Amino acid sequence: MPDQLIFAMEVTINGLLNGVMYALVALGFVLIFKASGIFNYAQGVMALFAAMTLVGIQQGRVPFGHLINEIFGTDVHYFGWEVPALAAILLTVVVMLAFAVLVQKFVFKHLVGQEPIILFMATIGLAYFLEGVSDLMWGSEIRNMDVGLPQGINDAIDAATFEIFGYGFFIDNLDISAAIIAAILVGGLIAFAQYTKQGRAMRAVADDHQAALSVGIKLNYVWVLVWTLAGIVALVAGIMWGSKSGVQFSLSLIALKALPVLMLGGFTSIPGAIVGGLIIGMGEALFEFSIGPMIGGATENWFAYVLALVFLVFRPQGLFGEKIIERV
Amino acid sequence: MFYREAGDFKTSYAADNQTFPIAFDRYRYYIVLLIGLGVIPFVITDYWANAILIPFLIYAIAAIGLNILTGYCGQVSLGTGGFMAVGAFTSYKLMTAFPGLDMVTITLLSGAMTAMVGVAFGLPSLRIKGFYLAVATLAAQFFLVWLFNKVPWFYNYSASGQISAPERTLFGIAVTGPNAEAWAKYLFCFAFVFVLAWIARNLTRGSIGRQWMAIRDMDIAAEIIGVNPLKAKLTAFAVSSFYVGISGALLFTVYLGAAEVGEAYGIIKSFLVLFMIIIGGLGSIFGAFAGAAFMVILPVALRNFFAGSLGWDPALATHFEFVIVGALIMFFLIVEPHGLARLWSLAKEKLRLWPFPH
Repeated sequence: MPDQLIFAMEVTINGLLNGVMYALVALGFVLIFKASGIFNYAQGVMALFAAMTLVGIQQGRVPFGHLINEIFGTDVHYFGWEVPALAAILLTVVVMLAFAVLVQKFVFKHLVGQEPIILFMATIGLAYFLEGVSDLMWGSEIRNMDVGLPQGINDAIDAATFEIFGYGFFIDNLDISAAIIAAILVGGLIAFAQYTKQGRAMRAVADDHQAALSVGIKLNYVWVLVWTLAGIVALVAGIMWGSKSGVQFSLSLIALKALPVLMLGGFTSIPGAIVGGLIIGMGEALFEFSIGPMIGGATENWFAYVLALVFLVFRPQGLFGEKIIERV
Repeated sequence: MFYREAGDFKTSYAADNQTFPIAFDRYRYYIVLLIGLGVIPFVITDYWANAILIPFLIYAIAAIGLNILTGYCGQVSLGTGGFMAVGAFTSYKLMTAFPGLDMVTITLLSGAMTAMVGVAFGLPSLRIKGFYLAVATLAAQFFLVWLFNKVPWFYNYSASGQISAPERTLFGIAVTGPNAEAWAKYLFCFAFVFVLAWIARNLTRGSIGRQWMAIRDMDIAAEIIGVNPLKAKLTAFAVSSFYVGISGALLFTVYLGAAEVGEAYGIIKSFLVLFMIIIGGLGSIFGAFAGAAFMVILPVALRNFFAGSLGWDPALATHFEFVIVGALIMFFLIVEPHGLARLWSLAKEKLRLWPFPH
């Protein structure tokens, strides 16, 4: 087999695994959008905040330490204990739950019935706010995340591909575990939506707000639930990206990458988010591999957006989205 | 008392159409002009010019431009930073290729170039709407920044990839480059702001502005009553990009002097201008000014307060800036989706009746 083809295969596999990461972020968007019609720009910053909180709790940092030190002239940084990873994850989930309640109570409760674009801009404001809070709480330095996920090259795949092609593929263990966790998460979410009472309420609200309200479903409760779920998805995405490249500000920019994923897959479809993520991940890796060297590289900065833009002109509702019907 | 029309005594169409029908508003406008032209240039210092006045004027142009597109025509754009970069790089190429060209021509040509790029990226708006379009404009943002970063022709093959503005004069006075004085830069920007705001105000009052607003309020209904959506949307993109391009050109030539595209014209800038019009008021020229002033002064004030008065770490001041800006955006959208401009006009309504409100 020619070398180029083998390289292309490796690039494709890595691109697909990267796409899983995009899909994870996009999933959080879809959850909130389906249930409340809010296009949550803050999803990426939520991932950053969740990852920062997890690292902070794990290392026993004092929240708002920097601020407290400046105000009172003290010098506290650490509580002096270390929390095991699992307990820290549970505590972070509690923090995300509190965040969901606060967001619903103070912001989106007051914006019910506003135009979608106003809600979108409100979430941009929320993103800024949360980013500032995250910096104030845990500082803005890059943090290393270690929750015990396997890292480094997968030797089994390396050996197996060397056997077949005479060239070992470099596939990161972390990417594989991310794909597995993403699959479990999606399965869990679908099961939750199909087989539990809360999940049914969630789907009812997504279908029709007023009808759901009239059969006695509490909208506020469902929205808090959805924001919490999105927070948990953000936490998972934050753990994955954080383990890969450190917890830092650029984490919040992956939210932007999830936007073309959503446009490709359709805003209202969970399978769409997954397929869109895979297409974008694979497409940008292959484009960078084949065309990138000719035009100066770093095409993954814009390829996804241009792909989505071209795609939208032909199919505005995305691959799996519901058909957009306009009435006057 | 002083703030009201004493009856409706208009005798000509000109009087009926005037921008400021109330005498008090008219005088206030003249006074602002007088202070802007007659007082500030004489007392301006480098600190005031660089920290507040010049960025305020330049961002006001960008905010007016985005407000035309988003506030008047209802097409949300997140590509402002990219379009500003087009203006900046066009002016850079023109300045270096034609040293004899004067700055006004260069700046206007930069605006025209940006208008063309804007129309090209505005074409999808005919098919896609709302935040789908907002995301599509992100394509413009990232693609343009990448383009200016990766194609060496745009930055004249300089080793650092930076562009820096050479000295250019207008009427024999330097307005760009390191030797330009604060008052000259200020007046140069002021002239642009004055003319562009005047044009924008009159455009939005006229037939084209009404078409934009019809498209914004409900595009299908507008189409039925005879507004051509192709024309209305593309003119909005063209005019808006023209303004944004001029603002980007001025930001580079007059204010920054040297710029690196990813840093000076990144996605952050797109959001900054968007925040200006949300806080200032969507669909209002005054709102663009109010929002630009607010977003320029806020970081300076916060830095002075936290770092200067309280003696804190400047990094904390930056973090607080994020928190406060974010909270304000949400606050305004909840309490007053039309921003500062709406508060201002409410105050005016109250003033009309004061002191006998019943």
